[in-house]
Formats: sequence, structure tokens, C-alpha cells
Amino acid sequence: MTDTAMPQRRELISPKMLPYVLSLPALLVCIGILIPFVTAIYYSLQKYRMSQPWNRGMNWGENYLKFLSDPDFWNTLKVSLVYAGSTVVLELLLGLAIALLLRKRTPVNNFISIMLLMPLMTAPALAALMFKLMTNPNFGILSYFMQVLGFSDFRWGSSPDTALFTVVLVDVWVYTPFMMILLLAGLRSLPTQPFEAAALDGVPRLEQFWRITLPMLMPYILTAALFRLLDSIQQFDIIYAMTQGGPGDTLMVFQVEAYLNFFQSTNVGRSTALLLILWAITYVLSNIFVKNWLRLRERARGGA
Amino acid sequence: MDHTSLLERWLRRFALALIVTFFMFPIFWIVLMSLQTNETILRSPPSMAFVPTFDNYLAILAGRLDSNVASMGIDFLNNLMNSIILSVSSVAVALCLGVPAAYAFARHKFRGSEDIAFTLLSFRFAPPLLVLLPLTLYFQQIGLADTYLGLVWVYQLICLPLILWIVRGYFEDISPDIEYAYRIAGHSWFATFRKIALPLAGPGIAAAGLLAFIFAWNNFIFALVLASADKQPVTVGALAFVTASGIQYGQIAAAVVLSIAPTLALALWAQRYLVEGLSLGAVKG
Repeated sequence: MTDTAMPQRRELISPKMLPYVLSLPALLVCIGILIPFVTAIYYSLQKYRMSQPWNRGMNWGENYLKFLSDPDFWNTLKVSLVYAGSTVVLELLLGLAIALLLRKRTPVNNFISIMLLMPLMTAPALAALMFKLMTNPNFGILSYFMQVLGFSDFRWGSSPDTALFTVVLVDVWVYTPFMMILLLAGLRSLPTQPFEAAALDGVPRLEQFWRITLPMLMPYILTAALFRLLDSIQQFDIIYAMTQGGPGDTLMVFQVEAYLNFFQSTNVGRSTALLLILWAITYVLSNIFVKNWLRLRERARGGA
Repeated sequence: MDHTSLLERWLRRFALALIVTFFMFPIFWIVLMSLQTNETILRSPPSMAFVPTFDNYLAILAGRLDSNVASMGIDFLNNLMNSIILSVSSVAVALCLGVPAAYAFARHKFRGSEDIAFTLLSFRFAPPLLVLLPLTLYFQQIGLADTYLGLVWVYQLICLPLILWIVRGYFEDISPDIEYAYRIAGHSWFATFRKIALPLAGPGIAAAGLLAFIFAWNNFIFALVLASADKQPVTVGALAFVTASGIQYGQIAAAVVLSIAPTLALALWAQRYLVEGLSLGAVKG
């Protein structure tokens, strides 16, 4: 189809339209997904329970107004923020520590960093299932360890006191490698001259860390932390697979609460209003994230 | 030049050993569980001395479990099949849609190009349920409820942004001069794309595809909301399996091992590209 006989032959698509034609299919597929988004806004302004179709009608902002005096909503907000905050801080500290330990490019370090990727590649829902098996009161190995340590009544996910700890533990197990791998890539891409100069001047290593490593690594830390925060505030898989939001309402984060509202109490209006509040939070976060992410991306492309 | 003392080196080794134990132990333990009978699993205190058996795997593969109490059917193999169908076709569709779009964004700065690219990226960060819940009602109306087609479409929310932004980076890294030279020799745009751009970006496209496959495989929420039992992938199926099989812990462990093995194997194989993929192309490994 490409004979060289006619160098200036006309093409099927004019060059000006070409980029649009190329990106149109991807865009169309996604517009199909934008329609439900608009529908969700519409539903959130309605009194709408699937079990009471006769009682449906617009109530404008009432679903949102009700949240102000709804203790369940404030509980959801609190649990989501505590969950997201604690997972991101723990994973950041642990991930940074591991990255610093593995910084040198030795065969052993490379091997360990590859091994540590395995939890990250495990489906979070299945990771929760694995921990559920390991914390089973009858035969779970972690329950046994706790008994040996003297906590004979440590009930993991099934007690309101330890449920949050249990899901945070699973989250840390799955996602710390994410922080580790990004920060390790960042650490290894830093220029070596400042460190050599500091070593020559006899700067103590702790001071090197605070004065050189940390500031230079900051763009990576920010991007990785924001990335995790965006995912963590929406966590569903781990919590749903572990306790379905229970016991009671201890782990009712946004998406779990919305899911149960929709499918169990069939309250579509409240469910979509909850999700839109979550969306507003992630929208703000993702704008901050994209700015940092773009800066990092340009640096990676330019520096390569 | 190396100032590390002996004590520090041992402390480092100890810390690394702790870290490796923490992250590897759950996988190790689940594999051990999957090789045991229920009797040895339920022993107290737990012990690592047992005769390994493949009965749990055989029961899953045969789709039939005969215990001394009763015999029951296991259709976990069906879940595995669904995972393969959904992940492979989602990635195939995402590659067909995403690679040309990535090329357009990398090579042509056209009006609205950045807006479109960022809109596609933003799907990665919006709460999936916000789209999924209204979609369940729509899918019922237009007959896409509980079909592979409907699921593959929704899976584009994960696969498409990933492929678009990683592959775009690879196209941007290739100098356009080679393509110009080929065009001047009289070849059409499509021939240039196919013969020059695609092969040069080939490794990147393959890596993006692999990663998209892993993320599609690991997805839970889409199928939980949209698929009924016979279309469910392993992530949802394993959870239902727990409810159905009750106390057959060995089988549950074997099912988990079978479900996570493909992604772990792929990840080890493609680990060179993981950094770039996980950061959506922002950080190079």
C-alpha cells in the first residue's frame, strides 16, 4: 500500500485532522464513562431509594445538608482520614528507611528490592484474605504469635479495638514497596557530587541526610506520598475483604459506606452524595499531585 | 572511603533480614498452608513439619472436592478463566485505543491535546464507585449488565491511563528525525507509524501492556459491582469461595496461591519497567 511512485500522494486523512482521529477512540470510550458521573451528580440531588420508587423526587441539596447533623457521616470522614493519614505516614517512613538501606547498587540489594515487589503485585483484596487466614483465632499463625507474646485476647479484625490496626497492617504490607521503589529510584538518580564533597569536608552522615539527601529527594517524596494518599483515602478492597466495614461502623470509610448504602439500604441519593464529597477531596488532591508529578516527569525526560 | 563500622554493617544486615521476613512471610506461609491437609493446618501450636500434599490443588483443578464428610463442586477454575479473559481483552483493547492516542499526544501538539490527556489521567484518581454505581443501572437498561463486553469497557478506566501515559513517554524519547526522514522518502503516515515508531517504542509498549495486565488482574471493585458469579475474576471469586467452602482452609490457601502466582511471575519478569509504570511514567528505574 505504500509504493514510492507518488511521493506527494494524498493521504486518507488530512494531516491536520490526524491527531484528532488518533485520539478520538480513546476519548469516546471515556466519554461513555463520563455519563454515569453526571448521572451521579443528578442522583445525589434526589430523594431516591430503590426500595421506594414512588417516593422519588428532587430534594436538591438536602442529602448534603443532612450530612452536617449525621454522626455516621462524620464517623466516615474521620475513619477515612485516620486510615489514609496513618497508612501514608507509616509507609513513607518505612519505605524511606528501606530505600536508604538498599541505596547501594549491590547484587544483594537489587535482589531484595525485587523480592519486596511481590506484596505490591498481590491483589489487595487477596492480601486481605491472606491476612484473614493468618489471623484466624483457631489456626492463624499471627494469632499464635500474639498468644506467645502474651496477648491471649488479641482478636485482630473482629474486635473494634484492633480492626483499624489490622487493615492498616495489610495496607502497609501491600503498599510500602510502592514508596520504597519510587524513593529508591529517586535516591539512585541523585547526582553524586554533593555527597562526595560533603564526605571530603567530613560532614557527619546524619547531617548529610538532613541537609542534602532529604531536600534533594523531596520531589520524589511528595509525589509518592500524594499518590498513595489519593489511593488510600479511597481504599475499598482491603477493608471490604477484611471486615466489610465492621465490626459495627469502625471501618466505614467512604467507598465501603457508599457501597453498603447503595446495595444494602438501597439509598441511592445518600450513597452518591457521599461519593461526590469523596470525589471533591480527591479532585483537590489530584490537582496538587499532578503538578508535582509533571515536574518529576519533565526532570526524568530531560535528565535521561 | 568506606566509614561503615562492623557494628553498623551487622545492624544493617539485621534490619534487612527483618524487612525481608515481614514482607515475604505471608506469601511463604500461604504457600505452606496450601500444601497441607486441614488436620495439619489446625494443629496447635503451628508447626512446619508436615508431609506436603498437592490434594488442594488437585481438588481445585478437578473442580471437585471429596472430603470424608461430603463432596462439593468448586468452580474456582472458572474464576481463573474469567480473570484471564477479562485481563487479556482489556489490555488488548487498551493497547488498540491507547497507543495511537499516545502517539498523537507525543508527536502532535494540537488544540486541546493536553486537556484530553489530563482528562484521561484523572480517571485514574476518581473514586471508582462514583462511576460504577450509576453504571449498574445503565448497564441493566442497555443489556450490558453482567457481560464481558461491559466489564472490559469499564476496565479501560485502569488500563487506558496507564498505557497512554507510559507509551507517550516512550514515543517522546524517540527522536522524530528518523520518522521525518522516512516520510520524506515518500512513505505514508501509517507506514511510518507501523514501520518506524511502533518497533522503536516496542519494549515500552510491551511493558505498559504487562503492567496494565497486572492491574486489571488485581482489580476487585469493578467485578464485585458489575459481575455475577459466572463472570467473576479470581479476586472476587476467592472471597466467595471462602464463604462457600467454609472450613476448607487448605483449598482457600491453594486458591489464593493460584490467583497471585500469575501477577507475581509477570512482575518478576517485567521488574525493570515497574518503576516507570507505577509512577505513570514520571520516574525512570
